[in-house]
Amino acid sequence: MIETGEILQTLRMIQEEHFDVRTITLGINLLDCSDRDPEICARRVYDKICRTARDLVPVGERIEAELGIPIVNKRISVTPVSLICQGDPRPIALALDRAASEMGVNFLGGYSALMHKGATLADERLLASIPEVLSGTERLCASVNVASTRAGINMNAVREMGQIIRETAERTAEKDGLGCAKLVVFANAVEDNPFMAGAFCGVGEPECAINVGVSGPGVVKRALEEVKGQPFDVVAETVKRTAFKITRVGQLVAREASQRLNIPFGIVDLSLAPTPARGDSVAHILEEMGLESTGAPGTTAALALLNDAVKKGGVMASNHVGGLSGAFIPVSEDIGMIEAAGKGSLTLEKLEAMTCVCSVGLDMIAVPGDTSASTISGIIADEAAIGMVNNKTTAVRIIPAVGKKAGDRVEFGGLLGFAPVMPVNTFGNEEFIARGGRIPAPLHSLRN
Amino acid sequence: MQKALISVTGLDATGIIAKVATKLSELNVNILDISQTILGGYFTMMMIVDLSGAPVDFDSINRALEPIREELKMEIHMQRMDIFDAMHRI
Repeated sequence: MIETGEILQTLRMIQEEHFDVRTITLGINLLDCSDRDPEICARRVYDKICRTARDLVPVGERIEAELGIPIVNKRISVTPVSLICQGDPRPIALALDRAASEMGVNFLGGYSALMHKGATLADERLLASIPEVLSGTERLCASVNVASTRAGINMNAVREMGQIIRETAERTAEKDGLGCAKLVVFANAVEDNPFMAGAFCGVGEPECAINVGVSGPGVVKRALEEVKGQPFDVVAETVKRTAFKITRVGQLVAREASQRLNIPFGIVDLSLAPTPARGDSVAHILEEMGLESTGAPGTTAALALLNDAVKKGGVMASNHVGGLSGAFIPVSEDIGMIEAAGKGSLTLEKLEAMTCVCSVGLDMIAVPGDTSASTISGIIADEAAIGMVNNKTTAVRIIPAVGKKAGDRVEFGGLLGFAPVMPVNTFGNEEFIARGGRIPAPLHSLRN
Repeated sequence: MQKALISVTGLDATGIIAKVATKLSELNVNILDISQTILGGYFTMMMIVDLSGAPVDFDSINRALEPIREELKMEIHMQRMDIFDAMHRI
């Protein structure tokens, strides 16, 4: 029999410490929807999504009610659109956005191109359409993979993405560049990621799959309050125990959703995903370890410990683990990160260092509106290099805040939060970015 | 057996357990275990129940508790025991 103390602990985690399941994401293969006529393809896409995902939201809500755990988002990820569109991808974008709205999901990911080695004609068409599509749709998310450990970095794609991000920001300037919050540039993108904006259903995935992302920075922070001043061995152990409990609930939700929807279970993403709510911050976990403010010397080491312990604790709690597993450090979606950036403790350079040891990368960062396309490309190239060399996923989701300068504030609302505009190194790199071509894949012996 | 936890929290008053138990009895929900305490004037009760005898589903039972929530002005949550088992038992 479960003891009273255990029940109270679970209730406290949910009611006071913001523990929730962040997302149930249904991955859907759309390869069979392809057609030479974009309108026919768009119709097939719409029909297939509506057929497959019909019960996703109601089933999610029932599980939420029965288990008494919030499931914040129900989402859909699809095959990268560049793989199914043989012509103009824009009708497919509109169909995806309509399907997302019809199914009641807040985001649908997969307006994507995988071009780490080079671009197909479809990739080029998709890339060119991104600014228009992200400014003309509400729920659609786009991602582009520009590098991988095995292929190197496609610097042509990196150059283009700098321009596309700028253009997307300008087209959505009245919403503080919201379009860019729905656009991720990846190195080593994963095929089963349930988190937006970078979710897509990779070609190695089954016909459809349920992928679940858990959360709970507040729970970890609270657990660490109990071990103040104790050595890091104790800190790591405490994080592991907490991550285990969090992930077990993610696994339970994934199993329930899979059974009720009759769709195979894919993975649980062992993540610590923050929100802008107070008490739901990854930065505050780092500060609980003894840092005055995130960004202070020691931050990277603290994050390395946290990221590793979350995985070690979570991996035993789930049958299958995947996605972007690890601690997320988005700036605008984490109140501790927002505060640290606001007071100058957290800089872009320190964030870059932090991305070497944690899940994903430079996420939800607002930069001055006059940041050039080549500077943005340079930031993407640096981040991609970290991913490529370290054999990990990295990403850039950066928002040029049109008409704003460092220290101003951008506001996206909801889970996307708000952020101070961070200063950027403005020394030129135009000649570097203009070269294009490919940075070769790195050697994986002689590791120094 | 379909086990669920019903947690009841709020300001202490007379007859809380009686009211909840009566409603559960009407729904043919069997009470397996009860623990109750008063913490700083706050009433906290946890009831482990078996829903398998009830003629209606989880949602309907939960909705049937709604009038009691309003009458007693207390937080009453019902959730399947699976979440506690998952979290605390390997």
